[in-house]
Amino acid sequence: MSTKETIEFRKQVVEDVLEIYPEKAKKNRRQHIAVKDSECASCAVKSNAKTVPGIMTARGCAYAGAKGVVWGPVKDVVHISHGPVGCGYYSWGNRRNLADGEIGVDNFVPFLFTSDFQESDIIYGGDKKLEKIIDEVVGLFPNAKGVSVLSECPVGLIGDDIESVARRMSEKIELPVIPVRCEGFRGISQSLGHHIANDAIRDHLIGKGPAREIGKYDIGIIGDYNIGGDAWASKKILEEMGLKVVNIWTGDSTLEMLQNGHLVKLNLIHCFRSMNYIAKHMEETYGTPWIEFNFFGPTKIKESILKIAAQFDDYIMEKALKVIEKYTAPMQKVIDIYRPRLEGKSVMLYVGGLRPRHIVGAYEDLGMEVIGTGYEFAHNEDYEKTIPALKEGTLIYDDVTALELEEFVKKLKPDLVGSGIKEKYVFEKMGLPFRQMHSWDYSGPYHGYEGFPIFARDMDMAINSPTWKSIKAPWSK
Amino acid sequence: MRQIAIYGKGGIGKSTTTQNTVVALAEMGRKITIVGCDPKADSTRLIMHTKAQATVMDLARERGTVEDLELDEVLMQGFLGVKCAESGGPEPGVGCAGRGVITAINFLEENGAYTEDTDYVFYDVLGDVVCGGFAMPIRENKAKEIYIVASGEMMAMYAANNISRGILKYATTGTVRLGGLICNSRQTDKELELMEALAKKINTQLIHFIPRDNEVQRAELRKMTVIEYNRTHKQADEYRTLAKKIEDNKMMTIPTPISMEELEELLMEYGIMEM
Repeated sequence: MSTKETIEFRKQVVEDVLEIYPEKAKKNRRQHIAVKDSECASCAVKSNAKTVPGIMTARGCAYAGAKGVVWGPVKDVVHISHGPVGCGYYSWGNRRNLADGEIGVDNFVPFLFTSDFQESDIIYGGDKKLEKIIDEVVGLFPNAKGVSVLSECPVGLIGDDIESVARRMSEKIELPVIPVRCEGFRGISQSLGHHIANDAIRDHLIGKGPAREIGKYDIGIIGDYNIGGDAWASKKILEEMGLKVVNIWTGDSTLEMLQNGHLVKLNLIHCFRSMNYIAKHMEETYGTPWIEFNFFGPTKIKESILKIAAQFDDYIMEKALKVIEKYTAPMQKVIDIYRPRLEGKSVMLYVGGLRPRHIVGAYEDLGMEVIGTGYEFAHNEDYEKTIPALKEGTLIYDDVTALELEEFVKKLKPDLVGSGIKEKYVFEKMGLPFRQMHSWDYSGPYHGYEGFPIFARDMDMAINSPTWKSIKAPWSK
Repeated sequence: MRQIAIYGKGGIGKSTTTQNTVVALAEMGRKITIVGCDPKADSTRLIMHTKAQATVMDLARERGTVEDLELDEVLMQGFLGVKCAESGGPEPGVGCAGRGVITAINFLEENGAYTEDTDYVFYDVLGDVVCGGFAMPIRENKAKEIYIVASGEMMAMYAANNISRGILKYATTGTVRLGGLICNSRQTDKELELMEALAKKINTQLIHFIPRDNEVQRAELRKMTVIEYNRTHKQADEYRTLAKKIEDNKMMTIPTPISMEELEELLMEYGIMEM
């Protein structure tokens, strides 16, 4: 098919799939889907809007964004899921954000703390229970550097005053206690939860840590949650470049890193969607500059290294060039192994707020083509950054419904689908290779030079697994 | 068994009217249970002769969960064998009192508080229908008839109209009906006419006009109903009349609440509001 034919075909696919909806839903959903064409006139994708009631969405809630994404990885803080037990229990340990440290001593990431609301806590309010829990926490875990209180829905409904509890208890235990009003019913996706979590960091932590000198090459990584060790892989490159990564937000991070986030020469933003708010705040209030970067795949890594080095002096640039040189051959070796096995394979992605665009280059390094991509909770500026990175004919879908994604995959027939746990088994049962692109499917890291060989291996393992040749039942041959 | 809920503006005299009427019904030999649905827990003091009885929610809080309660700990017998329970709940400004009412009513039902020989269950409900919890008594399978206590004051009438809006909502999905307005007189101008007019407007009746009498207050000070305190007093007969009217009441309607403007017009018509 020519590009023009491909565009026409995919546009028709969209129309066919939308046909099943009632008129109003169809009209709504059509605005969220586009096929990139030469003029890109139809590329405007509506985003960050309320999900159509009745469809199956993969989106999360504000609590998921605040606790699961932003606060959860902060390792030396005890995070209390404040409310009934379910929200905490079912968000326990499934983000794979790794952290160094002694579990239960200075690393609480593998733990779950919840106030486990009972009927009487709803009726009489949970403030006193919260006080007691905070008291118990510092008694049991004397090395905890602070406590965050992450509100679940009922806390907002009954109007508990967690702010005043936090204030009072913070004075009493002489540690920061941070109230985060991330009730799940707020907003239309987890995106608002990120924002609320950012605001809590701004209001309760930034600039409130022990003062320290800013070194000449001090930098921070913002929005890397260290999934499968990603942040460590990124840090390696940056330190080889001669830079000093003093803060990571929030993968493997400490409370002090959050307090001192502004005390760096430059902040590097990885996940823009979940942490742009606080990066902008640090720039406006403390003059700390920030830039975006992308460490997926050697091409993008190289671009990003040069972009970052350009913010510093010749010394860093020189080292940066050496880093690129050092890794060119080993990366080429990876490409030489896997590219012949993956060349021309197509992939469709549906992930959160960053990877649908950031990871495109890594697939291209392996000779693969992204033919469809979309975000759960992106905003307009994310799509504006995405579209230039895509080839003509790419299908773009926002907050895609279970039905749409399934149908698009059936019609576009990609060789690989990359999405989350909710999608994984649907597509594997359809006989399609699948990789989880939120959690790296228990693998990783995928960032940096360390991550690329693993990424390449995993994609090859999925696509070229002999399993797929055996899925047809013997009697239906 | 008839389940009746009494609503009305805060301070209008719901609890006093309910208890006095219930005692009059008990005098007629009826078996009655009163369920106080107000965190203040003052719906049964005139029958129990105590300041406030142990409430369902307070005991549940003490024990940790409502499942650990026994019915006889919260369902007490008072004057003339009237059974009394209070939902209880948080002090003002904390938690969710509405959820407390839901929990308490479910507990009473599930634990068989309403025995087969019960003739009446009266729910005495806090002020206005502020949230779903306080509408609990009028949801399906709970109270099927409602009486609204009001007076000729504008805000009491405003509240009465508002409550009938809540009843309308549940009347269309369930079987709840409005049995009438009870005027607890404040001796305002043309009070009887005004109340009758309002009742007509919202498609109900003024079932009884209770005149103001200080004997009620004297009895209350001694934590008693009028019938117990001074059974031959004429005010005791007023409650007996109301009890009889409720017992014989056949006029159960779906209310037709009016707009704020219509309500104001009504008040102007009876000369309360100046143009």
